[in-house]
Formats: sequence, structure tokens, C-alpha cells
Amino acid sequence: MTPASHASQAAPAAPPPRPIVQVERIGKVYPGGVEALSDLSLDFPEGQLTTLLGPSGCGKTTLLKIIAGLIEPTRGQVLVDGQPVSGPGPERAFVFQDFALLPWASVLRNVAFGLELRGLAKGEREAIAEQQIQEVGLKGFEQHFPHQLSGGMRQRVGLARALAVDAKVLLMDEPFSAVDEQTRRKFQEDLLALVAHQKKTFLFVTHSIEEAVYVSDRIVLLSRRPSQVTRIIEPAVPRGGDPDAIRRHASYLDTVETIWRGLKHYVD
Amino acid sequence: MQIGRFRVPMMASLLIWALLWEIVGRLGLTILLPPLSAIAGRMAEIVPTPTFLAAAWITLQAFLAGNLIAIALGVPLGVLMGRSVIADRMLLPWVNLFLSAPLTALVPVIMILFGYGQTTIILTVVMFALWIIVLDARAGVRNIAPSLIEMARVYGATPLQAFLKIHLLAALPEILAGIRLGAIRAVKGVIIGQLLVSIVGFGRLFELYSSNFLMEHFWALILVLFAVAFALAEGLGYLERRVEYYAAARH
Repeated sequence: MTPASHASQAAPAAPPPRPIVQVERIGKVYPGGVEALSDLSLDFPEGQLTTLLGPSGCGKTTLLKIIAGLIEPTRGQVLVDGQPVSGPGPERAFVFQDFALLPWASVLRNVAFGLELRGLAKGEREAIAEQQIQEVGLKGFEQHFPHQLSGGMRQRVGLARALAVDAKVLLMDEPFSAVDEQTRRKFQEDLLALVAHQKKTFLFVTHSIEEAVYVSDRIVLLSRRPSQVTRIIEPAVPRGGDPDAIRRHASYLDTVETIWRGLKHYVD
Repeated sequence: MQIGRFRVPMMASLLIWALLWEIVGRLGLTILLPPLSAIAGRMAEIVPTPTFLAAAWITLQAFLAGNLIAIALGVPLGVLMGRSVIADRMLLPWVNLFLSAPLTALVPVIMILFGYGQTTIILTVVMFALWIIVLDARAGVRNIAPSLIEMARVYGATPLQAFLKIHLLAALPEILAGIRLGAIRAVKGVIIGQLLVSIVGFGRLFELYSSNFLMEHFWALILVLFAVAFALAEGLGYLERRVEYYAAARH
């Protein structure tokens, strides 16, 4: 039951990456007495994709929003790059479950919106936005409006907006849960390429075990409320080859099975 | 409605009522109700006169000024109440009170404070239009998706940026509905204000006509005002439906 048993095969020779996000003894009690998180400590290594996985209502989104600075913790603190978090900051960007796009603005303006808020000149911010639109595969849709796009494409806009502000840490709150299954798989493949390509740290929340194992460098399993870390798994899944081969790979299937056994008792 | 094969237009019933009015007027039952044809003739006579046009102009000024002030105050106030629990707790009882209060009773107080003039009338218009604008802007802001508000915070929007770039636009359909209802109330406000002050605009004309028993003039003026108020409400409703269509297409 140690994380090492799965990590051993994949562990690179290089020294372990430094933790860019440090969660220190965080507790969160909502008004009304619901305790979402209790004394939770966790490090997120730089340049990796770490997934928070747990039963629904376990406080994983709460933890992500505390790291984003959107929710104030009751106890404890979050350090990003060694600095304590007191609110949202430019080194963190967020991808929303329901996309959170401006319905009255074009794709271009939506992607550039974070830069617009920072006061960047129009030409400058639109040049960056165009680049990121291409990066997420939406070239040619710059002048479209969100209602003219499919759910998957809208989330690509949300992702491009997060990339455009060039934050070190990307926080993704169940980003693919509102898109259909085919789009979701394509999205997961693109995300892997993005993680490999961009020198960024990704914090990912999902309730899908398969998705977590497919995209993650590290998976943090959380218990039911009040949430605590029950286990950390580093899936030893080969990357870089045929995306479909991964889903048939023995270690992929084994890891999915291991996590399912760990979470099964929450369902009953 | 349909009679046999013939489709009767919506406004046809008005013709029947007009005919009835004409007959009752011709019977000469009361001095208070002259025949409609005489009123129409009088309308054509007084509308082009400088007195009438001057009254219309000063009324329009008060109406527009009052509406603009009500919008400029009401929209930010409503957005603030929609966003801040403290502001909402402090102000909502007052807004609801004034929304349902018989505001006409307060006009004499304004008159004492600001005199018998245009200022009092403009303030009356503001008082009539303001509250529904506040309440609708508040409702609009409360309907904004929470993730849109969080998005503004995460990407570092200042309160002013959030107001101008998110709240105002996301709540636009409700804000426009509030402005339309406010404008309809403002018509009442401007006429009630003028009637009570009674030396400005149409208020002065009403006073003049009714005190001299010029009933044809009096009815002509009333019909003109009713028609203008009705056209205004319909026109704003049409504009609002256009915007709602636009807003719905973007969600």
C-alpha cells in the first residue's frame, strides 16, 4: 500500500522536482458547520500534472479553489513558489468546469481577457491570444462567439485563456466533465501533449479514475469529508507512444483497478 | 377574432368605442363629455400651437433628465446590492418600501424643499423611476453565473473592471427591463409632478383647461398624453425583445 510500489518503475534518475505549490495543514469549515477539509497537507511538484481524485463531495474542488485564492481556508496556509497565498495571483490560472466564457465576446477577446484585465495593449494581447488559440487547435475560430462552438471547443477557449496569461500553475476544475466522451478522449490526449510541451505545473480535479490515470504524473486520493490524503499514486504508464496503446497497457489497467479498489467502499 | 371569413384586426374594437363616445357626446348628456369628433378637431388645433409645443418640450426635458438620473443612480446601486450582502441588507427594505409606496404623497415634500419648478418635477420623475431600475439591476446581477464572477477574480479584475466588463453586460437584459419599467413609471411621475406644481408644462395647461371648463381641450390633451405613453411603452418593449433575443442567442 505504499506509493513507492507504483512509482519505482517510472522514477527518473533526475532529482525530484521542487514543490511549487505547498498546502500546509489546511482546514475548511463552511458556515453552517460542514467540514470540507481537515488538516490537509500536500506538495505539488513543479512541471508535473497532479490530479486530485476522490468520491464526489469530498472537497477536491474546495481544495483547488483554496489554492486559487477564491476560497479562504479556515486554518493553515498555501504557499505558491514559497509565497503565502492571500487571494488570486498572476502565477495561477484557472480552467472552469462550465468554461466561464463571456457570452457576448468573441473567442479572441475571451482568450485575451486575462491580459485585457492586466492592461496590456490591444495589439499585444491579441497577438498572444492568437498564438494560444492556435496552440489549443482553434485557429480560424477567432471571431466566433461561444454559442457558436461545441462544448469541447468552448473548453479549449477556456484553456487558451489560462495559457495566455502565462501562469506557472494551471488549476483545472473537472474541465472535461461537461463535454462528450469522444471529445473528452481527444482532449485528454491533447492535454498530455500540452503538459510535455509547456513548462507548467498542472493541478487537475476529476472524479473519473480512467481520466486521472491517463493524464496524471501523480494522483492524490482524497477521502470523504472532512477530506484527507489517503494515498498518492504515480501511475507507471508509458507516455509518448500511441495514445490508444496506453489505454490497453497493463500498468494503466492495473492502476485503474488499484484506485477503484481503494475508492469502492465510499460508494456503498 | 374572426367574423365569418373576415379576420377582424386587433384595434377594431377601438372603433366601436369611438363610435359610442361620439353618440354619447352628441346626445349632450353632460358638459364633461364632448363628442369625439370635436375633441379630434380641437387636438389638431392645439397641438401645433407654441404653448402646446413649449409644454411638450419642457415635459420631455424633465422626463429625459429624470430618467437619466434614475438610470445613473439605479444601475450602480442595484449592481452593488446584488454583489454585497451588507449593502443589500441595508438598502433592500427601503427599495421595496418606495417601490410600493404611494409616491404622489411625497411630491408636496419635494415641492417644499425645491420649490415650484422644473427641479421638483425632475426629482418626482427620479423618485418614480428609480426603484424598479435598482431592483431589476440587482436581480440581473444575482443571476450571473458564479463561475463568471470567480473568473473575473482569478484573472485579477479590479472591482471597477468587474463592474464594467462583467456585471453590467451579464445583467444587461434585466437592466434594460428595469429601464423600460422605470420609463413607464416616469411618465406617471412627470405628469403627476406637473399637475401638483401646476404652473409648468402640461400641468399648467390642465389647470387652465379644467378651471375654464374647456372640456374639448382637456380631453384632447389627455388623449395625446395617453397615446404618447402607450407608444413609448410599446416601443421600449419592442427594443427589449430585440435585446433579449440577442442575449439568449449568446448563451
